Amino acid sequence: MKTDDLIEALVQDAFRPQRSPAQRVLGATLLGALIAGTLFASVLGVRPDISSAFETWRFVLKLALALICMACAWWACLELARPEVRLKDVFGWIALAPALLAVAVLYELVAIPPAHWSERAVGNYAATCLLAIPLLSIVPLAALLAALRAGAPRVPASAGAVAGLLAGALSAALYATHCPDDSPLFVAVWYTLAVGLVTLTGALLGHRILRW
Amino acid sequence: MTLREVDLAELMRAANRGDTQAYRKLLREVSPVLRGFARHAFLRYGLSNEDVEDIVQETLLAMHLKRHTWVESRPLLPWVRAIAHNKLVDHLRRSGRRRQHVPIDEFSDLLVADPTASLSSGLDAEAAMGKLKGRQRDVVVAISVNGKSARQVAEDLRMTEGAVRVVLHRALRSLSKALRNDQL
Repeated sequence: MKTDDLIEALVQDAFRPQRSPAQRVLGATLLGALIAGTLFASVLGVRPDISSAFETWRFVLKLALALICMACAWWACLELARPEVRLKDVFGWIALAPALLAVAVLYELVAIPPAHWSERAVGNYAATCLLAIPLLSIVPLAALLAALRAGAPRVPASAGAVAGLLAGALSAALYATHCPDDSPLFVAVWYTLAVGLVTLTGALLGHRILRW
Repeated sequence: MTLREVDLAELMRAANRGDTQAYRKLLREVSPVLRGFARHAFLRYGLSNEDVEDIVQETLLAMHLKRHTWVESRPLLPWVRAIAHNKLVDHLRRSGRRRQHVPIDEFSDLLVADPTASLSSGLDAEAAMGKLKGRQRDVVVAISVNGKSARQVAEDLRMTEGAVRVVLHRALRSLSKALRNDQL
């Protein structure tokens, strides 16, 4: 086939209105949030003392970090769906939530005596956190990866990883309203581990299915 | 380069609004640029020039199928280059050179394209065409090789024009997939 012949075939292929990766990713995020939110509400539900929890800085910070991480991962996800964007172009956004968390950890280490550090870090419901966040992430991650198949990521594994980060942060934001462990030390260990697991899963899946 | 960038981006914007003449012009203008890029890269890796046209065709096909990943407010050529780079890396991987670093920035001085454009047939694409089945193959051959319009093909094959376009779109996707998976 000559190149000019191929061009003729491409030109004849109708310009149907296509949804952009941004629209698809938005749709997948909303769908994922709806399903994960329903699952969360029916199985876990928010903690009984939620209104008083909002008056403590630790709880508000925990929730805010998850939401910030979610917003940044969403942006990174949109960007990495394009072929000309590299991971380093969005790295600042991805690093924002971890950097804020690091500051919060330092503050917590100063605020409480060393004798209580390990108790705060281990918390009461570490296993639930490690289980609930990845399980809530399944549907959002699947929806996001499906949406990203319309994209053209430079490195498929990176795009898959930020999709995992987004799905994980979304689930973490939901789970944060259930979990009574509010210390930044707990968040830094267990939430990071749980979201990291989802991110890794996204990277592995992305590497396989986001090639184009 | 700046002028070229502006012109090409303008053509692509017009194409996005359904201007097929602009789209044809864009793909024709971009082809020699891609050819220069592929030649340069093949020279660098000591590969023969035989497969240059494959890279050109695979890149055009990917540009077409992924055209909605270009944002109109951003420059077009970096996007084109990134797609060509992806296809080149795929090609090098298939020919047994795994994960070589391919510097695409050098490509920017090659934007003044070689006017002696080669129109040799892309062998891989030819083989991939063989993978297309029945109706998909009929439609692609009629439109590309025989130069018919979708409407003419619809009449010849007793299909609706819409159905021809659906078959064509699916055929292009299969073609791209066959090339990517090296099912040749």
